[in-house]
Amino acid sequence: MSKVYVAGVGLTKIDEHWWMSLEYLMTEASLKALDDAGISRVDSIYIGSMLSPILQEQSHLGTLLAEELGLSGIPAIGVEAASASGAAAVYAGAREIESGRANAVLVVGVDKMSDGMAEEVTAAMMSGERQEYVGFIGATFYSINALIYSLYMDRYNVGQEKIALFPVLCHEHAVNIPHAQYPFKIKLETVLNSPYISEPLRRFETTAIADGAAALVLVNEETAKKLDTPKTELIIEASTDYLTPFQREDPLWFPAIQLATSKALSRAKLERRDVKILELYDATSIMAIVSLESSGFAERGKAWQLLEKGELGLSGALPCNTFGGLKARGHPAGATPAYQIAELHLQLTHRAGKNQVDSAKTGLAQSLGGVASTAFASILREV
Amino acid sequence: MVRINSAVIVGYGGYVPRYRIRSEEIARIWGRDKSELPVEEKSVAGLDEDTVTMAVEAARIAIKRAGVPPSKIGAVHVGTESKPYAVKPSGTIVAEAIGAVPSVTAADFEFACKAGTEALQFITSLVDAGRIEYGLAIGADTAQGRPGDALEFTAACGAAAFIIGRDKNEGVAEIEAWTSYVTDTPDFWRREYEHYPHHTARFTGDPAYFHHIVNSVKNLLENDGYTLNDIDYAVFHQPNARFPLVAAKLLGIDLEKTKPGLITGYIGNTYAASSLLGLVKVLDQAKSGQRILLASFGSGAGSDSYIIRVLEGIEVKRSLAPTLDKFIERKTYIDYAIYARHRKKILM
Amino acid sequence: MFRIKVPRYWRHKDFRYRLNAWKCNHCGETHFFQPLICRKCRSREFSRVTLPESGKLLAYTVVRSPPEGFEAQSPYIIGFIELEDGTRILGQLTDCYPEELKQGMRVEATLRRIREDEEDKIIAYCYKFRPAI
Repeated sequence: MSKVYVAGVGLTKIDEHWWMSLEYLMTEASLKALDDAGISRVDSIYIGSMLSPILQEQSHLGTLLAEELGLSGIPAIGVEAASASGAAAVYAGAREIESGRANAVLVVGVDKMSDGMAEEVTAAMMSGERQEYVGFIGATFYSINALIYSLYMDRYNVGQEKIALFPVLCHEHAVNIPHAQYPFKIKLETVLNSPYISEPLRRFETTAIADGAAALVLVNEETAKKLDTPKTELIIEASTDYLTPFQREDPLWFPAIQLATSKALSRAKLERRDVKILELYDATSIMAIVSLESSGFAERGKAWQLLEKGELGLSGALPCNTFGGLKARGHPAGATPAYQIAELHLQLTHRAGKNQVDSAKTGLAQSLGGVASTAFASILREV
Repeated sequence: MVRINSAVIVGYGGYVPRYRIRSEEIARIWGRDKSELPVEEKSVAGLDEDTVTMAVEAARIAIKRAGVPPSKIGAVHVGTESKPYAVKPSGTIVAEAIGAVPSVTAADFEFACKAGTEALQFITSLVDAGRIEYGLAIGADTAQGRPGDALEFTAACGAAAFIIGRDKNEGVAEIEAWTSYVTDTPDFWRREYEHYPHHTARFTGDPAYFHHIVNSVKNLLENDGYTLNDIDYAVFHQPNARFPLVAAKLLGIDLEKTKPGLITGYIGNTYAASSLLGLVKVLDQAKSGQRILLASFGSGAGSDSYIIRVLEGIEVKRSLAPTLDKFIERKTYIDYAIYARHRKKILM
Repeated sequence: MFRIKVPRYWRHKDFRYRLNAWKCNHCGETHFFQPLICRKCRSREFSRVTLPESGKLLAYTVVRSPPEGFEAQSPYIIGFIELEDGTRILGQLTDCYPEELKQGMRVEATLRRIREDEEDKIIAYCYKFRPAI
């Protein structure tokens, strides 16, 4: 079994890219990653996208990207795990490296939400839930989160003003990030006064329509030795749970996160306290809170305390979402996990600019499909 | 007329939607005089309601009272003039929703406001003939009121359901006799593709409503040997709060026997459910042994009249489900703008 | 344009109209759609059940950013309900305004229109919950 290294990353800016197509975005990110790694060919490609078959009516993305990169001939495969599709692509590529079947694999995440009208995108996002049950009654991803939010505030007696601190943190971190969708600070009042998307969830606790592609080049040990570029070691694990949070024992607990994270830590021979930098999947503020608790970084009902005490800030004990997270860096659906892992790589290779956290040698990214129906835990460490 | 051997109501239920619009509010929009309004207020279906959903509501209440397993219901017939589909029976959806499928016959009836009693005649006959063990007859409508027209004040929404069986021991009331009086009298109609019906104003009175009801009731009483003294309640089709009282007078029936079943003043004219909801209201209060005269009227035109005798079983079964008053009291007023949205009067 | 695929709609009418479901004979887990193997205990024996129509409201939210096909109904209420037999289910709440809703209140199932195909106009009916009468 070979170790897996990230040898290069490429990110497009996250925005509503009216003039750029899906194909253009995925190719731009891929070329940036190949250039960053200093290689021009790979053995195979895995590409994750959640919404392209619906919004662009385009499947067969692996083959498409291979052609766009002038690499037709190599195996190239589309991978899907709802909003964790980008992580699923990384997972597939990593396993191929680990098995010894490939020396270098290009893994990509892409989604282009702005091609759809808001109602279409809202409906398309439900393709990651049980369509015939939850989608059928008109529940939306945000309404499911809102129910969890409501139950959470009730059970733990935590006010919204505590949970809404999370998007405020994310925006602070995004200020100096060139590829971020919203590189500006926001105040807590702004979040609390923003209109309801689905009460109690407010607009500024959710993410916006976004387009983006992020790519990584994964290599084995042998290839890593030949490359000059900075590298990190990657260990990625995955776990699943019931598709609908409300069929689980407890909707306020994400076992998939707990399992994936434990597996990854165990394989990396690390303890939770060895993780010095964290990428949380904050598709909504409440998801970030429950994720923190479910992965054991905070006691149940108390994650807000980490926020209030500044522990999750750049100079805190556990810097979190250092490039802005889903809220401020942006959340182009299935592409997001690739951004998360690429950003951790930039941090650990000292290329995070003003947001650099020098003391961090090991990072963890949690990528979720649905409301933690799928969870990927990616550990990166400096080499 | 036709002798009925054995047909009893084993379960009954009435449903009215939550929303109400006051006649005063409708008058306000159209600049009409508020002094002579035909009803106080009328019921308005919710955004997600239609004839089928209301029929199911009423049917479920009737089933609760009947205590009959739905799979034993051999016929489901819905009488309505506001079917959601011009072609596709409401009855199949109702039958499916209550679990009466697949050993069931189902089709919809149309005869304007007497479609419900029409369905009841048919179900009663199937049971009486021994073709089915139980049958479900429903009258339901989300009546279409032409904006600005006199009938807009009264066109309302509601449903009434009756489960008919043979066994008197299961019955809340027995259908003793019925008759129909029908002629071709075009007092009110709606052509295909038209949103709203047309009516002939004063012509809908004497030659239509009164002529058919009076003759239907007279025939029923004479042919089946009943006198006015045999009747404890008289329930008529209720297009407005006045007509039933005039009909009672014409027939020589004491007004006090008519008032208990008169509900149109505060829920409006529920068309195919109108007289049947009056029957439900009476069943919610009548005592064993009392007799109810039911006379519906459907434009086009015709009147079905029934003699129904209340049985002992009514006391227990009545308490098994909410009475009609619970639905009548459950109300929220809406203004004309919300009403127009609910009733899809806004062209999109 | 919002479309309803008739076979998909028709296939699950037992559940949507009558709350017919399956329960695992071994562990009692409820499955809304025909299961082959229990998601919880992996047993393969099931019994057909009709879920109770009454329950209590555990949580609710108001959808203000609707998906395609639901624009005309918006805003509408989604509730998380615990039925009398312990089954937990999501459903729209109807015949009520958000201000009237309280956690723990009794609700009951009813049949209502849920969506309509925008081209061929077929109507989809489904269970919804309303405050108990």
